[in-house]
Amino acid sequence: MGMTMAEKILALHSGREEVKPGEIVMAKLDFVLGNDVTTPLAIKKFRELGAKEVFEGERVAIVLDHFTPNKDIKAAEQCKFSREFSREMGIKWFFEGGNVGVEHCLLPELGLVLPGDLVIGADSHTCTYGALGAFATGVGSTDLAVAMATGEAWFRVPETIKFVYEGELAPFVTGKDLILHTIGDIGVNGALYKAMEFSGEVIEKLSVEQRMTMSNMAIEAGGKTGLIEPDKKTLEYVKERAKRPFTPVKSDEDAEYSKVIEYDVTPWEPVVAFPHLPEKTIPISKAAKMGIRIDQVFIGSCTNGRYEDLKMAAEVLEGQKVADWVRLIVIPCSRTVYYRAMKEGLLEIFHEAGAVIGPPTCGPCLGGHMGILASGERAVSTSNRNFVGRMGHPASEVYLANPYVAAASAVLGRIASPEEVLK
Amino acid sequence: MRVKGRAWKYGDHVDTDVIIPARYLNTSDPAELAQHVLEDLDPEFRKKMKPGDIIVAGENFGSGSSREHAPLAIKASGVSCVIAKSFARIFYRNAINIGLPILEAPEAVERIDTGDELEVDFSKGEIKNLTKGETYTAKPFPEFVMEIIRAGGLVEYTKRRLGNV
Ligand code: SF4
Repeated sequence: MGMTMAEKILALHSGREEVKPGEIVMAKLDFVLGNDVTTPLAIKKFRELGAKEVFEGERVAIVLDHFTPNKDIKAAEQCKFSREFSREMGIKWFFEGGNVGVEHCLLPELGLVLPGDLVIGADSHTCTYGALGAFATGVGSTDLAVAMATGEAWFRVPETIKFVYEGELAPFVTGKDLILHTIGDIGVNGALYKAMEFSGEVIEKLSVEQRMTMSNMAIEAGGKTGLIEPDKKTLEYVKERAKRPFTPVKSDEDAEYSKVIEYDVTPWEPVVAFPHLPEKTIPISKAAKMGIRIDQVFIGSCTNGRYEDLKMAAEVLEGQKVADWVRLIVIPCSRTVYYRAMKEGLLEIFHEAGAVIGPPTCGPCLGGHMGILASGERAVSTSNRNFVGRMGHPASEVYLANPYVAAASAVLGRIASPEEVLK
Repeated sequence: MRVKGRAWKYGDHVDTDVIIPARYLNTSDPAELAQHVLEDLDPEFRKKMKPGDIIVAGENFGSGSSREHAPLAIKASGVSCVIAKSFARIFYRNAINIGLPILEAPEAVERIDTGDELEVDFSKGEIKNLTKGETYTAKPFPEFVMEIIRAGGLVEYTKRRLGNV
C-alpha cells in the first residue's frame, strides 16, 4: 500500500518502513523553531528537564518577531531571556533587530526549512513550510523544550485530505482566496487532526510565495500541516537558499486519502472572511456592496507580507490616496522583502498613498503593537485570523482578504473590490 | 485521579485569543496569566469560578495559536478539567504535555448545563453529573498519551526517558 507525503516523511524520520494513520511515532526533527512568545516558557521547561545543551545549534532558530522592536519592559525582558539562552546554547539562527523578519517568511527565505523535512515550531503557523514539501507543524513550548533537548518529537500519524484545484484563476484571485474558499467550504475544524495536501493544475501554476500563503492557513481549518508536492518551482526556489542537503518526498500514486475534494476554481472571486471566523467567507462582489466602512487596513504578516503580496497591493495603490478616515499600515515581512520593496519603488507608492510603513514584525496581526484597534473599529487585514479581539479591543472587527482587496478597501474607505479602483 | 466541581458551559471554537488575549502574552507567569483567563469570552468568569470548577465546551476548543499560555492560564486559575466535544490539535497536545486534564466527550457536553455539579474520574474517563444523576464516558486516550499523562506531563516523561530523574 502506498503512502501519502505526510506518512512518508514521518516514516523516514522515525526509522520505519511504513506508518499508518493513528499510529504514534517518535521522530527525528530536521529543524526546530521558537519565537519571543513561546521560547521563554520553553527555556523554563528545558531547565526543568535538566538538559545542558541543545541537540544541534545549527538546527534551531529563535526568532524574536512578535513584540519587537520591544514593545514594553516585559517584552524586553522576555527577549533578553531568550537572547541570553540562545548565546549560551550556541544557537546559530537567532534573529532580532536588523535581522528579524516574521518567522515563517524568514525561515523559507533563508533556506533553513526544506523539502522532505520534518519541522516543528512553537507557533501555529509553522505549517507554512508545507508549501515547500516539508511536514511542518505547530506545537507548544513544552514540545519545543523537549525538541531542543533531544531533537525529537512525538506525532500521531494524521490521515490526509487531498484537495485538487482545477480550472483557471480569474483576475485578482490569489492563493489567499484559494485557501479562504477551502476553509469556507470545509469549516474551521474541517481538517481537524488531519494533514491537508494541495494539488492540481492551479497549484502547479501558483508561485512558491502564494503556495506559502495557502499552507500558512492550513491550521485555520484545524489541519496539522498543509503539504504541496515539491516540483520544479520548489526546487528552483530552494536551490540557491538551502543551507544543508535535503531529500524531496512525494505521495505514492496508490496512497490512501481519507477524502479527496475537487474544486473547479474558474468561477471563484476574491473572498473576504467576516468576523469572527476565517470560515465566514463572502465573495467580494457581494461584500463590496454591503457598504462596510473601515478604520484601518493592515497589509503584512506571515500570510501576505511577502514581496509578491506587496506588489499586488502596490498595483492598486499606485497613484491613489488612502481614504481620509483610514489608517493604512504596511509591514514587509522580512529585511529582504523590505529592501526589495524599497529598491523597486513599492515603498514609495505606499508612502505617496499615505501609508505608515513599519519594520518587519508581527505587530498588528495579533494585536501586539503598532496598530491596535479601539472598540467598535473595523479593519481589513491580509493576515490569517479574525477571532474576537485578535487585533485589539474585543469589540473590534477584523475582515480577512487578499492584498488587492485590502488595498482597494484602503482607498475607498470601505470593503471594496480592486476592480472599483482599477477601472 | 478524581475531581469535583461546577460546570461552566461555552460554545464551539473557543479560541486561544479569547482564552488568553495576546495583550497579556508579554509574560509567561502562570499566576498572572490566570488573572485574565477567558477574559474576552466571559469577563466575569474569573470572579465567578471556584477552584475545582470544570469548563465544558463544544467543538474545536483551543483553536488558533500555539500559545501554551492558554492551557497554563486555565490550569493556574484552578480549573480542574476541560471537557469538550473536540479539541484543536495544538491545544490537545499542550494540555497533555503540561498536565491539564482534558476529556473528549461529545455526549456529556450535550447533556451538561452551566451550574451542574460534576465528578470526573480521569483515569476511567468517566463523568458523573451529580445534579442530573447521569453518567457519561469520554473517548479513551491512546496508550502512549496515557503514559505521558501518568508521568505527569511531557517534561517528566522525557526526564525518565533520558534517565535524568
Ligand atoms: S504574523 Fe501573525 S500569524 Fe504570523 S507568526 Fe506573526 S503573529 Fe503569528
